[in-house]
Amino acid sequence: MLRYANPAKFFSLSGMLLPFLAAGAALCVALGLCLGFTAPPDYQQGMTVTIMFIHVPAVIAAELAYGAIAVASIFSLVNRHPLADVAARTAAPLGALFTALGLITGALWGRPMWGTYWQWDGRLTSFLLLLFLYLGYMALWNAIEDETKAARAAAILALVGAADIPVVKFSVDWWTTLHQGESIMSGQIAPIFLKPLLAMILGYQLLFLTLWFIRIRTAILERRARSLMQAAP
Amino acid sequence: MSPFSTLLARDLRLSVREGGGAALALGFFALVASLIPLGIGPDLKLLARVAGGILWVAAVLAALLSLDRLFQGDYEDGSLDIIALSPLPLELGAAAKIAAHWLSTGLPLTLLSPLLGVMFGLPGAAIQTLFLSLLIGTPAVSAVGAIGASLTLSLRRGGLILPILILPLLSPAVIFGAGSVATALDGLSSGALGLLAAFSLAATLLSPFVAAAGLRLHLN
Repeated sequence: MLRYANPAKFFSLSGMLLPFLAAGAALCVALGLCLGFTAPPDYQQGMTVTIMFIHVPAVIAAELAYGAIAVASIFSLVNRHPLADVAARTAAPLGALFTALGLITGALWGRPMWGTYWQWDGRLTSFLLLLFLYLGYMALWNAIEDETKAARAAAILALVGAADIPVVKFSVDWWTTLHQGESIMSGQIAPIFLKPLLAMILGYQLLFLTLWFIRIRTAILERRARSLMQAAP
Repeated sequence: MSPFSTLLARDLRLSVREGGGAALALGFFALVASLIPLGIGPDLKLLARVAGGILWVAAVLAALLSLDRLFQGDYEDGSLDIIALSPLPLELGAAAKIAAHWLSTGLPLTLLSPLLGVMFGLPGAAIQTLFLSLLIGTPAVSAVGAIGASLTLSLRRGGLILPILILPLLSPAVIFGAGSVATALDGLSSGALGLLAAFSLAATLLSPFVAAAGLRLHLN
């Protein structure tokens, strides 16, 4: 994996992969939406069950994005590689976006289901805290001018956050819970809903990868442009 | 005197002298606690219900006031370089500063809290729990805060970013701390104090290492 940590190598490899990732994301999301909107109404939730197809994948993508930042931060601290810094920094706004999407769609789903947009329930609250963690992480990146210093500080913060997130989640769950339990793995979900859901989950992850790669490539190009400008008289 | 206790004593002296944060934090804590009843009315039943949460949030905010200066003064006048060069490992130096911060803010807040508990109409058992929870939990506030302070060192707007960085990380302390008071109020016992102790211990144990790593970023 470290072989591809060279920005030039990453650039050519990601350039090759990008069309496939983008096409895969578009296909999966299109398939998921088609299957999702033609699925019959749920016997309890009615048509609002379709919100699940855009809500659940966003939540998963938001969590995986933080995982991606944490892994990139380890590489950044241990290997001191600038590509890892770029990868961590560029993943954060995407993660924050998916977190916000998860919260908004969750609120819109909560209104018809629970009768309220917002409920101080375990998962909602810990997700709100995750959004704040993302915002703090991005704020730290922006606040420190020296880029290597900012990268190291942000990496430390990301790892502290990664260690704290399970505790936050546990504490918030301890506090109260209303949200339904996890139901994908336990086989409680009907196949007619499961198929579009899985397609959408895959599609969202591919979309995240696509956008992430584009952002990393842009950041590499930006850095190159900056060094060229500085080199020019 | 060992280098550790020298540093601790120096920081404690600085905190109680002019410009130190100790009295400021205590005054802020008492003031916020006095403003809340003005905002939500003098109903003691209602106040007792919200006392745990409000006093805990006020305590965290009061500790925040002096956190951005935790390393900054030493960074600006060069003492931090001396501390880093001294035979004392930087981790222990950070631990001494965290301990001094707790002794000058967390501990006084804790000692004042029974009085505020009475003013909020808490019964005796709940006041005891409030006192214990602050005693156990406020070290975590200083410890996690030190991580944020080390990362935002050398920032002009560090004091503004610091709360955004550490408040989400501190949410377990607030939840367990306020939760323990709420369950004590209902006459129940819960594992909240134990969980708070676990969180606080882990944070206090790990944070000197993380804070030292953060400090090294800014020392060349």
